[in-house]
Amino acid sequence: MRGATRRIIATHATNVGRSRWLLVYTGLLALAAVLLVWLGGSAARALVSLINVVLLLVPLMAVVFGTLYVYNAREFTELLLTQPVERDAAYFGLVGGLAVPLVVAFLVGVGVPLGFAAFSDLTILPGIVALLGVGTLLVLVFTAFAVALAVRVEDRAWGLGAALLVWLVCTVIYDGLILLLLATVRDRPLEIPVLVMTMLNPIDVARIQLLLTFDIAALLGYTGTVYERVFSGLLGRSLAVVVLLVCAMVPLLVGRFWFRRKDF
Amino acid sequence: MSIEVKRLRKRFGRMEVLRGVDLAFATGRTTAIVGPNAAGKTTLIKAILGLVRPDQGSEVWIDGTRVTGESGYRERIGYMPQAARFPPHLTGREVLSVLCRLRGAKDPNLELVDLLGLEPHLDKRVGALSGGSRQKLNAVVATMFRPAVLVLDEPTAGLDPRASAIFKDHLAKATGAGATVLLTSHIVSELEDLAEDLVFLVEGQVRFHGPVDDLKAQAGEAKLERVLARLLEPSP
Repeated sequence: MRGATRRIIATHATNVGRSRWLLVYTGLLALAAVLLVWLGGSAARALVSLINVVLLLVPLMAVVFGTLYVYNAREFTELLLTQPVERDAAYFGLVGGLAVPLVVAFLVGVGVPLGFAAFSDLTILPGIVALLGVGTLLVLVFTAFAVALAVRVEDRAWGLGAALLVWLVCTVIYDGLILLLLATVRDRPLEIPVLVMTMLNPIDVARIQLLLTFDIAALLGYTGTVYERVFSGLLGRSLAVVVLLVCAMVPLLVGRFWFRRKDF
Repeated sequence: MSIEVKRLRKRFGRMEVLRGVDLAFATGRTTAIVGPNAAGKTTLIKAILGLVRPDQGSEVWIDGTRVTGESGYRERIGYMPQAARFPPHLTGREVLSVLCRLRGAKDPNLELVDLLGLEPHLDKRVGALSGGSRQKLNAVVATMFRPAVLVLDEPTAGLDPRASAIFKDHLAKATGAGATVLLTSHIVSELEDLAEDLVFLVEGQVRFHGPVDDLKAQAGEAKLERVLARLLEPSP
């Protein structure tokens, strides 16, 4: 990584890291993790309950915080671009400077309480690693979406709306459309098309990975068996990681294309 | 350091903001870019800085080299926006340090920090600074690398009269040392104090470019305010 990009990442990361909102977010994640471990009776149950926090709250925070931050940092980005700094350095510096503190907040907020819980039950360690790994990848995916949209859409309200729409599509609408498709053509075998469609949505890929890790894929019936065949084992897990990384790379590179052509 | 723009055009959607602007800014002189609202002043400045990408066929030349998207030429440019918004959770000192490291500058000129009385505020977070102190920091950022070209957008807006006078003296010193200054302002006294040359833009086209004294002589007016008021009158 070039020096300028690294310095810009450090600058944005310091600024974001000192934000009160990020501290509140970290605290709330930690509180949720502690309460779930404490009230759930066992750390293993708490892990299953935390799936929804990772699949819904963490992407929502990344997309909302990320979008607003990019709009607020616009003047500073302009100032950076009047220095001998390449546009790519300013762009990747912005994305990295946002993603690093959001990932750290997530790892601290969820990871520290679960780490303590793991002392009394070492069998939950693989589950914790999966939860933290999947959550980290989702932060990267939705931070990339947030930056790309805030770069493209000039109006802050529209930009935030578009970012929320992406989150809503990934978490709710997309699955609704798959269900509609299943209901419409229920007489035909749809396992393969559904599998392909599932792989296009980062939240679905993350959800399946976590369900398989916690051995609750049976809840999905026959489809669960298909998912298990594709996504379990080292190869399946690697496939899921690659899909999530591609889901992060696509908005990242599209955002870079827009940023290079943007008039500030 | 010479700056030249040739056939500069910029269109935002249907709106053509700059319509073939040809200008050459003389080295070591202070040029004010004035005109009514939406005349294209800020777009012109931003095209020179590389913040706005001119339409095809436009050319921006800095020191005899055509600017085509690279950033190296900006090493010799200092920019002061109308209202700077630095990262609110960084201190003023951290902002200055980041910019120094980005430019690899080891010996920045921090004379204005002392002159403007900014030193006691440099360890406060930018978000906690008053608007005036932020504008002082903005002035320091623009001048700390001893730029050969200074681009200033409404530079004294937000500065108190004392800070404004100090900054103007500092600019006079910089132009005395050979710096080229481009500025936009609506404050006529500021233009009277600083500008040697004037570019008058209307609807993205240059209506006048030359020494302020020539403009006054042409108009038969001693005061710049009267001349500008006359230029701004709608054509019959």
